[in-house]
Amino acid sequence: MKPAVMPLEELMGSGHLACQGCGATQAMRFALKVLGPETALVIPACCWAVIDGTFPHSAVNLPIYHTAFETAAVVASGLKAGLEMRGDTETTVMAWAGDGGTFDIGLQALSGAAERNDDIIYVCYDNEAYMNTGIQRSSSTPVGAWTTTTPVTNYKREPKKNMIDIMAAHSIPYIATASTAYPHDFMAKVKKAKSIRGTKYIQIFAPCPTGWKMAPELSVKSARDAVTSKVYPLLEITEHGQKLKVWKDFEPTSVRDYMKVQGRFRHLKDEEFDQIEKDVEMKWQRLVAKEKMLASIPGLIE
Amino acid sequence: MGKDNFPNVRMMQGNQACAEGALAAGCRFFAGYPITPSSEIAEHLSVALPRAGGKFIQMEDEIAAMGATIGASLTGLKSLTATSGPGFSLKQENIGYACMTEVPCVIINVMRGGPSTGMPTLPAQMDVQQARWGTHGDHSIIVLVAATAQDAYEQTIRAFNLAEKYMTPVILLLDEIVGHTTEKVVIPDASKIELIDRKKPDVPPEEYKPYAETEDLIPVLANFGTGYKYNVTGLCHNETGFPINDNAMIEKLIVRLTKKIVSNRDDIISNRTMSLDDAEIGIFAYGSVARSAQSAVTRCRAEGIKVGLLEPTVLWPFPKDEVLEMAKKVKAIIVPEMNLGQMAREVELASRCEAPILKLGRVDGNPILPDQIVKMVKEVV
Repeated sequence: MKPAVMPLEELMGSGHLACQGCGATQAMRFALKVLGPETALVIPACCWAVIDGTFPHSAVNLPIYHTAFETAAVVASGLKAGLEMRGDTETTVMAWAGDGGTFDIGLQALSGAAERNDDIIYVCYDNEAYMNTGIQRSSSTPVGAWTTTTPVTNYKREPKKNMIDIMAAHSIPYIATASTAYPHDFMAKVKKAKSIRGTKYIQIFAPCPTGWKMAPELSVKSARDAVTSKVYPLLEITEHGQKLKVWKDFEPTSVRDYMKVQGRFRHLKDEEFDQIEKDVEMKWQRLVAKEKMLASIPGLIE
Repeated sequence: MGKDNFPNVRMMQGNQACAEGALAAGCRFFAGYPITPSSEIAEHLSVALPRAGGKFIQMEDEIAAMGATIGASLTGLKSLTATSGPGFSLKQENIGYACMTEVPCVIINVMRGGPSTGMPTLPAQMDVQQARWGTHGDHSIIVLVAATAQDAYEQTIRAFNLAEKYMTPVILLLDEIVGHTTEKVVIPDASKIELIDRKKPDVPPEEYKPYAETEDLIPVLANFGTGYKYNVTGLCHNETGFPINDNAMIEKLIVRLTKKIVSNRDDIISNRTMSLDDAEIGIFAYGSVARSAQSAVTRCRAEGIKVGLLEPTVLWPFPKDEVLEMAKKVKAIIVPEMNLGQMAREVELASRCEAPILKLGRVDGNPILPDQIVKMVKEVV
């Protein structure tokens, strides 16, 4: 990954209300550095509906449309259409939602916006549970995890929903994953998304030390370990789902080490860790194979 | 001292009391979605239901939670979902479906301030009319309300009993104060809890008609998977459950849906009263506000002011006869509530101008204090 210059522009100020080590807060700061002041934010119910703070202590120097839980993508669609009708083609409309508002209750709206290829950037900050309401499981919660609705006696048995493949199936022009440990990569992806017309989906891995029962100072390290252990691959899907690029330029690290610092996995036994490690490797192999396969087929859209 | 000395006494949040009450009522299915301030009901049941041999599912949204609750109930399981304001709005279409198809289920709404996202962590009583009329179309529904954690426990049990008895969705309203206050709950002996189960068909499958005319207007819905095959639809239907276009039959159905509840008003409604017999000023209060009202009555009586309280524990059907009776006796009725007069409207209608109705609404996210009520009483005097 190329080192880059961190833009000095700062649209997110201090005084936000997030917990210590909040990945979602870091993610917003980086995204806004790239997007600039000509941006409108649409945020459904999620941590970020609170993080921004109450009047007059708003931490974000941009207009925010705080919407009903299930409507981030479609409010963004309407907002963009309205702006265009009024002759404003410059403003970037970004929907910014958590994984619950994206993978679960907001999926229908997001699918609708993506199918119409509405000109919005949709960022999902993925902290793998409903953190704002008190750490309940979402369909993004990984297998094995404890949450307040998946107690250790009945921890989550289902794998995390593959949202990237669902979005790829919509043939939208740009899809990417990112991690708060790689801000330059994330900013480059947001910048690219801004330059493309149509629906852009970026899913950023954003650790939640509070919900993961982890020390706040491990937030960035966990975000890095998730990538290097292949748990959360960094990838880009371009050309309407036809091309896949997976980032592989790292020293692989252990899945177990990534998981063991998080209290939400503390109850897992050795054999369960073994199984999870196997699953991660299998998914990674499949992803790499898919990248090769797609590269071997000439693109329909050049 | 300790748990062993008082095995039936527990300290519980109102939300946990709902969950425990549901288990005691025989609830074995819960489908829900995270929302403040009701999430503790789901969290508690995610541990307790599997232990009791039941099923807990966290759904992908509020609509799904209501749908799954209806689906599970059709198999005969006593089914529950819990939510708050925005989630309650999302559930409304399916609540109407349960009314129309007469599938029993319980919906707990821990009320927070609205409209929209409103005040997720602050109390309100702004959904009392929505509970009655939230879903479209003519229908009747039973709405209970709880003022304490003890109430939350007992009213959850009663909600299931009424749902099973009248084959209808039953809504239990808590406000955020009741949901989140931890206080004493006395758990009755299991043998002393009266439980009602829905009627079972007494005819063989080939003669069975789910919505056949019954004396008590309540249908007999066989549990799915027991050999009784029938159609369930949200369209207007006849006794077989299949859709119809016959106007006379449509009318019969819609009238029956309301009649089966209002004709049993006396069995359903329930009130608590305090010092009402010789009262010159009446208070009509429910939920956590009723507790402030009780305190206000005690303080006014100590000063020699004759005040009494009518506290409904069932909001719908509305206790109109009791309100009229009170209106005839008193000089004025004060209606303190955490909204801008939603139940005061009903009190006004029911009192038939026998007494002036004074609204005491509060919508700033703070509870109504006894002081406020006492002050208004003194103004009236």
